[in-house]
Amino acid sequence: MAIIIDEKKSVIVQGITGREGRARTKLMKEFGTNVVAGCTPGKGGDSVLDIPVYDTVLEACNYAESYMGEKVDVSVIFVPAALVKAAAIEAIEAGVKMLLLVPDRVPVWDAMEIYAAAQASGARFVGPNTLGVLSPGKAVIGMIGGRAQSAREWFRVGHVGIISRSGGMTSSCGYYLGRAGVGLSTLVHVGGDSILGLRIPEVALMFEEDPQTRAMVIFGEIGGSQEEQLAELIAQRRITKPVIAYIGGAAAKEGTRFSHAGAIIEGGKGTHAGKVKALRAAGATVAEAFGDLPAATVEVLDRHAIPLCLEP
Amino acid sequence: MVDRRNAPDAPPLSRGSPRREGSAERSASTAPCIRCALGKVISLARLHEYQGKRLLREAGLNVPRGAAASSADEARRIARELASPVVIKIQAWTTGRKAMGGVAFASTPDEAAQAAQRLLSMKVGAFPVEQVLVEEQLPIEHEVFVSLSIDDAARRPVLLLGVSGGTGIEERAEQVARISVGIDGTLDRAAIVSRLAASRISSTLHTPLADAVAKVAALARRIEARSVEVNPLVTTRDGRIVAADCRMTIDDYAVFRHADLGIDIARELDHPPTALERIAYAIEQADHRGTFYFAQLPIEAGKPVIGFHGAGGGGSMMSMDAITAAGFAIANFTDTSGNPSVAKVYRAARIILAQPGIVGYFGSGSGVASQEQFHSAYGLAKAFLEMSLAIPAVIRLGGNSEDRAVEILEDACRGLPAPVRGFRKDDTPAACAAHFHKLVQQCSARPATMQRRVPDFVGRPDSYSFAITGGRVWIDHAACDAAATQLVVQHSAGLLREQGGKPVLAVSEEEIAGKDSELIACEIECRRAGRPVLFVDLPIAGLDKTQ
Repeated sequence: MAIIIDEKKSVIVQGITGREGRARTKLMKEFGTNVVAGCTPGKGGDSVLDIPVYDTVLEACNYAESYMGEKVDVSVIFVPAALVKAAAIEAIEAGVKMLLLVPDRVPVWDAMEIYAAAQASGARFVGPNTLGVLSPGKAVIGMIGGRAQSAREWFRVGHVGIISRSGGMTSSCGYYLGRAGVGLSTLVHVGGDSILGLRIPEVALMFEEDPQTRAMVIFGEIGGSQEEQLAELIAQRRITKPVIAYIGGAAAKEGTRFSHAGAIIEGGKGTHAGKVKALRAAGATVAEAFGDLPAATVEVLDRHAIPLCLEP
Repeated sequence: MVDRRNAPDAPPLSRGSPRREGSAERSASTAPCIRCALGKVISLARLHEYQGKRLLREAGLNVPRGAAASSADEARRIARELASPVVIKIQAWTTGRKAMGGVAFASTPDEAAQAAQRLLSMKVGAFPVEQVLVEEQLPIEHEVFVSLSIDDAARRPVLLLGVSGGTGIEERAEQVARISVGIDGTLDRAAIVSRLAASRISSTLHTPLADAVAKVAALARRIEARSVEVNPLVTTRDGRIVAADCRMTIDDYAVFRHADLGIDIARELDHPPTALERIAYAIEQADHRGTFYFAQLPIEAGKPVIGFHGAGGGGSMMSMDAITAAGFAIANFTDTSGNPSVAKVYRAARIILAQPGIVGYFGSGSGVASQEQFHSAYGLAKAFLEMSLAIPAVIRLGGNSEDRAVEILEDACRGLPAPVRGFRKDDTPAACAAHFHKLVQQCSARPATMQRRVPDFVGRPDSYSFAITGGRVWIDHAACDAAATQLVVQHSAGLLREQGGKPVLAVSEEEIAGKDSELIACEIECRRAGRPVLFVDLPIAGLDKTQ
């Protein structure tokens, strides 16, 4: 198992004919992702890397079902930020239940509208502003690793799930854990924006349900309340698998905006010290320096008798 | 505002005592706000009170009669026209204006002028007060606190309503009700009315107050605000409902849809944009290939100051932690990521190097980049070479093609006055910072003012030249023997060909325009081979002479 993506899931790419869409489709296909179709309005009938292109998501879904007998599981969206809302809602209305919104600078009210539409249809999404999701040995959506060969070299198969608020640090965590002998179930970059489809606590609950995942590594950051919510889940025993975390931004002091009345709903949350304290109080392991994260993870896995890696 | 810190004639600053003009009060009044610099974490575009009130009025709310003034005379004129006692308020992005003496009351136009004179000489943090708002005084009876913001966890707007008054509401969170707002900006008026029932406000005003609150929420939706705060919304003794004060921030991702709001730089900074920040913002707007953020930070006194160049938000923050732990102060936050063009990386480096007084250049991102790192190496090498880099540089280039990237950077920069070192993904930020520290200590020279130099064949009539986006490419045809021509063509990715023994364009002018990445690579490769016959001239408006 793994979460969100594996080699069996059928994937379509919206915006497949664009510069990024084309380049990332190559990575996905070469890494093992089952990309069945692409969409770009007005480019129906073309093909990209032998993948058929359709004008609409519905046509792509119909093709996948009638000719390949596959229901589309995931849509990966590479369209300009201003068009992401329309693309995402089109996919949701076509019945796709998991989306990956790669672009950054998606307007906040658009993101909230996408979320409401997804909620109403029982769909979920990762992003916006995400590098993607990768399950080592299985499949990738988005652009983690950049090239299939790098992605294969950098990440090993195992029992640790990674959740990160930073794209680059998603790869970094995976790579440095791999060097320490630690294998991974899935790497998830939740996205860098404030309104996200899946937040750290929700991904953690998915890992909690996933049999392959036996521990979680979190790359958190200052600001927002995702890490505090995760701490609450651990304290409530809704997350029982060991959690090892690092919170970036210790050097960043609080900005003046915390004196702003809007900060009341945060209830003093969002600081580096607050996040570290909440996670530790709940029982998570928090590494002081990023460089300590692999050793801390190995130590926790050993303590719980979890094998470091699934590879020989 | 003229920012003398970035003036080209600013004197070189001495090592170990970083004193930029304005840095003292910036350090004292505002903590380093890296969150602000990380536009991706929090990026807002704020409106002044008088701008917000214009929007509220257009949305159908009452606002006090009045206008903004930028001089004492103007304030006098406005007060005279209002023909009533006035309140004068500084227009500054801060809370607690009253406590800092930023609010004054006047009964006559002359008193208003005097008060305006005093308020206009104030400074809030690093922002000089440039405008005051002169308004009629209101006969206030009750105050209501209204604040709409985005609830990240619920992915919905939420409205906070306090019916017992606004002053100090931040400390009285328990008295505030949360009213849920639809993503279309509608809300449940009955919930507001029932909340008002618990107040001492006359029941005849409950429905009109609920209507006013609903208008605030609808306005927030229309302008795609991240937050709108009306504090207070007041009832007056003559039975009016008036928005007495407001604060609004617009989602900077949506600013492109709201040109009418007149937002200048859609990025939150804790100081007025510096000259370099404006230059950087213009570059970002002109080139959408990848991300480029640049913000100058308040400097911690007593530490050597360095230029920082990150890649990716999280990796940058982690790298800043490492360099800060090594005892350095950071002059700026910069992030080039998301597969930026080589020209963008080059321009970012030029802007970082334009900061006087930096003793070194530290570049580091996540360390395991999915994007091809040799692009960054070419952009950095070009900037370092043009500026004859006189301060040590350490660049962590970990990620795809890192070996090639390190080789390009180090080889191209051999022979520069200061050392340039590249590192890979297996080198930790802490180890890179330690190496950087050693290099800075060894480099005994004071930080010199670095001048950009372009080769003498640039602009020469016998040079071959063509335009690209944002600049021009020059080839020294006079110096192109067969070997040089072959070298240029070989490294041009098919964009140039040999004709009459000299390299010339092989593609249309339209196609070459966006090929800065390939052409800069060609320039650096020719230079590495000892034949610097091609130069990509990308002058930066505001830093260099531009045509």
